[in-house]
Amino acid sequence: MNPKDVIICRCSDVTLQDLYDLFEQGYDTFEELKRVKRVGMGPCQANTCGKMVQWEIAKYYGKPLEEVEFHNMRPFTLGVKLKSIKEAADDEDE
Amino acid sequence: MKQREVVIIGAGPGGLCAAQKLLEGGAKVCLIDRNASLGGQLIKQTHKFFGSEKQYASKRGIDIMEILISSLTQYGDQLEIMTETSVVGMYSDKVIACVKKDKFFKIQAQSIILATGASEKSIPFENNDLPGVYAAGAVQTLMNEYGVKPGDNVLMVGSGNIGLIVSYQLMQAGINVKALVEAAPSISGYLVHASKIRRLGVDILTNTSVKRAIGSEQVKQVEIWDLDPTWQGIEGSERILDVDTICISVGLAPLTELLQQLGAEVRYIKELGGNVPVIDKRYETTVKGVYACGDVVGIEEASSAMVEGKITGLNALEDLGYDIRASRLEMKALHEELKFLRDGPHAAKVRAGYLKRGMLT
Repeated sequence: MNPKDVIICRCSDVTLQDLYDLFEQGYDTFEELKRVKRVGMGPCQANTCGKMVQWEIAKYYGKPLEEVEFHNMRPFTLGVKLKSIKEAADDEDE
Repeated sequence: MKQREVVIIGAGPGGLCAAQKLLEGGAKVCLIDRNASLGGQLIKQTHKFFGSEKQYASKRGIDIMEILISSLTQYGDQLEIMTETSVVGMYSDKVIACVKKDKFFKIQAQSIILATGASEKSIPFENNDLPGVYAAGAVQTLMNEYGVKPGDNVLMVGSGNIGLIVSYQLMQAGINVKALVEAAPSISGYLVHASKIRRLGVDILTNTSVKRAIGSEQVKQVEIWDLDPTWQGIEGSERILDVDTICISVGLAPLTELLQQLGAEVRYIKELGGNVPVIDKRYETTVKGVYACGDVVGIEEASSAMVEGKITGLNALEDLGYDIRASRLEMKALHEELKFLRDGPHAAKVRAGYLKRGMLT
């Protein structure tokens, strides 16, 4: 298997090889990987890649899945236009 | 900000049944769903259900959906339905941020029921981004909802009930299912579904997985290989199948992101599909007045989601100050019903999960 041709995060084009490279450098949490490589930060917000990233961390570091911390989830779950937020705020002011 | 008594997020079997109980009891319900129509995944379920008679066994999912939706029409203004509305954020003070067609608004809820369901899991293999690699749910949407053939020759990956049922539905649509591979040593879905596709000549290959998809613009072939007991591929066991579609059905993961945003405690329970909310016997999360039911609390069948929805609806009703004494027997029966649905060997995983949760009913 060529890890360069295995896509983990489709939204941000992160491959399995990218994860291996980061593991080599010592990154071992989803939170870190997210900050360094944007894995899980695209439109699907880790709903597709999340479990695979957890699994790869568990495998690489020899930990049970239960011990692999999941990443923080913050609003918003989808992209929201600033215009929409502004319009809502204007409506509330009236 | 809009003020609402109860907001239900997700109008699948769980959410619809919760709504029904709340409306019966006199509460005002706001039902939100991101899709254009209610029913959640039921719309794709063209096969007849198992389970119990009370939860419409032997009826097709899509017909159950009609029954559930039509039971809500009598409530008029007591029920507000917001379709094509996505909940994009939730906060610990029970403020819900929503978007409907670029219109952003917030709702202050007294009670919230999360019935958000699950998303499909995926697996890593070479060229897994080629067009022609589908999740089983997407294939069901294409075929059963829109009448579109996903391809002509399919490899199914995963022998859970969804993998087995979708294989059968593909064949009903005149599509050739080349084989079904399962990484585990045995079939994980019901034998009755597996037998059906075996009788139609589909090989079910256990201890087998996908090594890579082959093709440049789209899937042309797939290479599969045997797995050893440690789930590693065995060199030399590779063989190639001519397929244009690889359908991935390797399980579901509860959609807990909104619960996590709002600060509800979540823990990893493998048997229930991964991260699931911590709930008590009343299906209340660790945030008071916030409840969860259906696949989001643990991957099960639609029948369990319906029962959980009713239990959740009654509990939310009680916490809002409604008198539910008349429903005590019904509540008892609902818990019995759940116990019945979780009985038997096919539900061993779910029972193990609920044992970990400390609430084996």
